Amino acid sequence: MTKTREQIAEGLAAAGYVADEGLATAILLTEMLNRPLLLEGEAGVGKTEVAKALAKLEDTDLIRLQCYEGLDRSDAIYEWNYQRQLLAIKAREASGEDAERLEEAVFSEKYLLERPLLAAIRQEKPPVLLIDEIDRADEEFEAYLLEILSDYQVSIPELGTVRAASIPRVVLTSNGTRELSDALRRRCLYHYVDYPAPDREARILLSRVQGLDAVLALQIAELMGKLRKEDLAKVPGVAETIDWAAALLGLGAKSLAESRELVFDTLACVLKTREDQARVTREVTDRLLGKVA
Amino acid sequence: MATSALTTQDDIGAALRLRLAGFVRTLRDNGFKTGLAETNDALALLCSPFIKRPSALKPAFRALFCGRRSDWQRFDELFDAYWFEKGVKSGVKVSGSHPKKGMKTIRDLMDAQGNRQDTIAGDVERQPGEEDEETGDTPSGRREGASIAENLGRIDFRDIHDPEALEKAHALAERLARSMRVRLTRRDRRKRKGPRLDLRRTIRHSIAHGGLPIELIRKGPRERQLRLVVLLDASGSMNNYTAVFTRFVHGILDNFREAEAFLFHTRLVHVSSALSERDAARALDRMGLMAQGVGGGTKIGEALADFNRWHAARVIHSRTCVMILSDGYDTGAPELLGEEMARLRRRCKRIVWLNPLIGWQGYEPTAGGMQAALPNIDLFAPAHNLDSLAALEPYLAKL
Repeated sequence: MTKTREQIAEGLAAAGYVADEGLATAILLTEMLNRPLLLEGEAGVGKTEVAKALAKLEDTDLIRLQCYEGLDRSDAIYEWNYQRQLLAIKAREASGEDAERLEEAVFSEKYLLERPLLAAIRQEKPPVLLIDEIDRADEEFEAYLLEILSDYQVSIPELGTVRAASIPRVVLTSNGTRELSDALRRRCLYHYVDYPAPDREARILLSRVQGLDAVLALQIAELMGKLRKEDLAKVPGVAETIDWAAALLGLGAKSLAESRELVFDTLACVLKTREDQARVTREVTDRLLGKVA
Repeated sequence: MATSALTTQDDIGAALRLRLAGFVRTLRDNGFKTGLAETNDALALLCSPFIKRPSALKPAFRALFCGRRSDWQRFDELFDAYWFEKGVKSGVKVSGSHPKKGMKTIRDLMDAQGNRQDTIAGDVERQPGEEDEETGDTPSGRREGASIAENLGRIDFRDIHDPEALEKAHALAERLARSMRVRLTRRDRRKRKGPRLDLRRTIRHSIAHGGLPIELIRKGPRERQLRLVVLLDASGSMNNYTAVFTRFVHGILDNFREAEAFLFHTRLVHVSSALSERDAARALDRMGLMAQGVGGGTKIGEALADFNRWHAARVIHSRTCVMILSDGYDTGAPELLGEEMARLRRRCKRIVWLNPLIGWQGYEPTAGGMQAALPNIDLFAPAHNLDSLAALEPYLAKL
């Protein structure tokens, strides 16, 4: 039975993802309307984590398809196991088997290599299908994906059409390196994942970093919020915040204001280019800390 | 199927259905790309027991109707305006469809050049400056004395006044951009040597040898294409060239698989989406709407800083060529321009700066901004006529 939004939000939180109301609604809708969910946002805001948490919440498998330039059918849907087919033909050649039967044997399930998309629609229990960084794949693949996402069936010329045993929950993520087609956008529900507000980021920290004090978590989250407003080449994501919090905790920081040195020394956790490290000097760190503490 | 959880659409009152249709129309008027399927799903949502509270309806509709970030940002305002009648009602329906009077658009600039107006035969008022130039009375000093009779390719764009010739030049510029793409893409098709064995093709070819795979066919990653990012200066000093460059950029965008275009004057505007319209005139119209304020001063340094800060990470990768179309007259600080050029240089593969002034006799890049930018430019080339644009292609093909 369909869950309510509150149940979804709680379930995601239990799975380690602190969702806002909009996201919980969007996830509820994916089930009600059977549409894929398209998540867009800057790198490092936790788009992929949504799918992982959703799989945990639904207690089902997560099937992941990582997109890249040049991704094609044989990597995404299915491929015949040529080596094995070849061996089988050679092995049976000696026995003088009927050619037709041999062909049938060679083009059977046994020799089919399932790739993520085919695997996802053949599961008995609907899995979560994560199509990661769809913007990296070519436009041709996007068009093909659209077809699969509307019919949920794959036709294999030698075997026939494979219909979906169950309709997977589809989550697509995009970093916006390429503009996606309107058709795909229209097909999907859309959610823009922004950097979390300080209180939500603090809750994320508390759920991810064991033994972190609530006050320190909020301070770190607020400092990150200020830091992201600085003119940085690479804006740190949530994963960086978690690393940093773990580092500060491990080094024994109690409160940011009292351990300024430590804060400055551990900035390597969040600033990942030379330019940014040069920009955030001791003075800048002190200024930011002054606003927080 | 979860739809079983929803009641049928007949349960909704006709009034509510009409309201919803009106809302969808409002969204479409505001550039949302929504279809019938979305409206249908929205109706289904309206009857579902879960989403009866309006506070829950907003995020649900937002997820359903939005398709991109710009939609996402505007949705709340539109939703509140329509359903709660907050905000300015009339402002909602027409927003963005008409340019304000008195604002200069690209189209105006083109018209000012005499591009379109001459369909109404002779009685068009010529601007005094234009007349002077055509008769050649004023000793303008900078003119090289090109005449219409000469090959269109070699005439400086600013010296073409005949609307037909100008239109021809624009079309040529666009065609030029298209042909560039054809040559550039042909390059990576031939690449066949690769690290991995293409078993499928190998077996296919082994048939000729009685089933023995003598000829091994390899495959490798496809060569990545060059991405072109164009930054077009649309300031007052570029007036004579903006129109034709825009057509050139339109041709590039339409045909390069990976290209982005930005327009700058005192600020930077991302215009790729507008220029992706196939019809040139409509594309220019849409771009004109986006880039209001064209024809004023230039702050190249600030525009570049803006680009580096907000767009570079997204649109630039290691195989990107950045093409800047500008005369280098900058009202901002030259130091900033130099600094930002250096930052940009580190990110991309090549920076090409096309400057129409190079075509003028005796031009030296002495303007402060140009001086500051020069050390970081890979190719500093003229772009005052079609020949100079065509000369660019071999260079791009080599990247």
